[in-house]
Amino acid sequence: MNILVVVVVVAAVLLALVLLYNSLVGRRNEVDNAWSQIDVQLKRRLDLIPNLVETVKGYAAHEKATFDAVIQARNSAIGATSSPMAQAAADSAVTGALRQLFALSEAYPDLKANQGFVSLQEELSNTESRIAYARQFYGDAVLSYNTAIQKFPGSLVASSFKFTQREYFEAEDAARTTPEVKF
Amino acid sequence: MNDLIASNKRRTFFLLTGFIVITVLVGMAVGVLIGNGATGTIIALVFSAVFAFGSYWKSDSVALAVSRAVPADPIEFRRLHNLVEGLCIASGLPKPRVFVIRDDAPNAFATGRNPKHAAIAVTTGLLEKMNRVELEGVVAHELSHIKNYDILVSTLAVTLVGTIALITDITIRMMWWNGGRVSRGNDRRDSTNPLAFVGIALLILAPILAKIMQAAVSRRRETLADVSACKMTRYPPGLISALEKLQADSTVTHSASMATAHMWIEQPMSGVNDAGRLGMWHKLFNTHPPLAERIALLREI
Repeated sequence: MNILVVVVVVAAVLLALVLLYNSLVGRRNEVDNAWSQIDVQLKRRLDLIPNLVETVKGYAAHEKATFDAVIQARNSAIGATSSPMAQAAADSAVTGALRQLFALSEAYPDLKANQGFVSLQEELSNTESRIAYARQFYGDAVLSYNTAIQKFPGSLVASSFKFTQREYFEAEDAARTTPEVKF
Repeated sequence: MNDLIASNKRRTFFLLTGFIVITVLVGMAVGVLIGNGATGTIIALVFSAVFAFGSYWKSDSVALAVSRAVPADPIEFRRLHNLVEGLCIASGLPKPRVFVIRDDAPNAFATGRNPKHAAIAVTTGLLEKMNRVELEGVVAHELSHIKNYDILVSTLAVTLVGTIALITDITIRMMWWNGGRVSRGNDRRDSTNPLAFVGIALLILAPILAKIMQAAVSRRRETLADVSACKMTRYPPGLISALEKLQADSTVTHSASMATAHMWIEQPMSGVNDAGRLGMWHKLFNTHPPLAERIALLREI
């Protein structure tokens, strides 16, 4: 009788552990999936940039400093894959450089009338809003995963099976301040 | 908010159970009246199973065809496609098929059986009258129906209601016409069968009860979808102002029928918009909570 009780208790505990472990794996995979959603959109945006620069160059060849800034920001964004935080910082640098480029285009009516330029601009702003949506999904996934591995019974499983906390897709405070606009 | 979702799920479960109980009761009533209890019950269950199965696979195309929805052209309705795609990314859903309905009344609905086989349809009136954030709120409301599996629940509900109505209808007609012979035979054997009266009462009441329950399921789900839509867009004022516009608009959705009434974001039938002052009786049959109530709830978030 006693042995039966012990067996039942042990089996119940094991089952609970297995269920907990599986749910943590599920959440972690959701974080990875959410991350790849952001990654796809970030890559898409970087792929659009060379075309955009080429188009603008045809109309405003002497604005070299702006092009260089965009290209540089893009290249460092391609290199930055170490962590979501680094990628977020690189991404906001790209956003800033692109904003300069679009501000510059205001001075060239011919450029603004160029069909290719207009569609690239549209495509870019679309991609940007998708990045924002993907970021929201990723943030939700990270929040639920981080909470799950910090809460009590989950934290035991998490620490013994090396479930580590994930970073949010957020630039550090320095990079996050809005760039000053000068007229 | 999660409490709300959980309680909604519980209520839906109870209501669906209630449907099955009613179906079985109707089957038993039919059985008593015809003279064979088991047969009636089995017939009722088989009927609803067949209908439920059929609607599981085909309901979306039927609903879309009935509402005269056509696939949204990716170029003409680019804004709509982009919006749906974005919100799907934000909520982790696969992109549903997108349809438009040429109708001046602003309205929208979602259908399908699961997120992978889902479709949303919006009227051209909605696209014209709503700005971007409002449209986003409405689309998020429809996507929430998909995410919460409301599309499946409401399809099953409407099918079960239909089945109950059909069975009771057939039985009552049979009693008037060719069923006469059967009941005379019963009269001779046991003329004082009290179950027969209960049976008739049940047959008359069941469809009404089923309708009330369908409306209750639907009302719960609408509120839930409103709340999760705000979670999706992170911007309650968008949906609030969309609902206010719907409240102010009195165009009747011509593409909607009584059968699909519960699917739309706003109750499409006329006579509902003088809401707020609806009597208890009327309230029981409404598939949607009054817009004023929905807006008030969203304001609290």
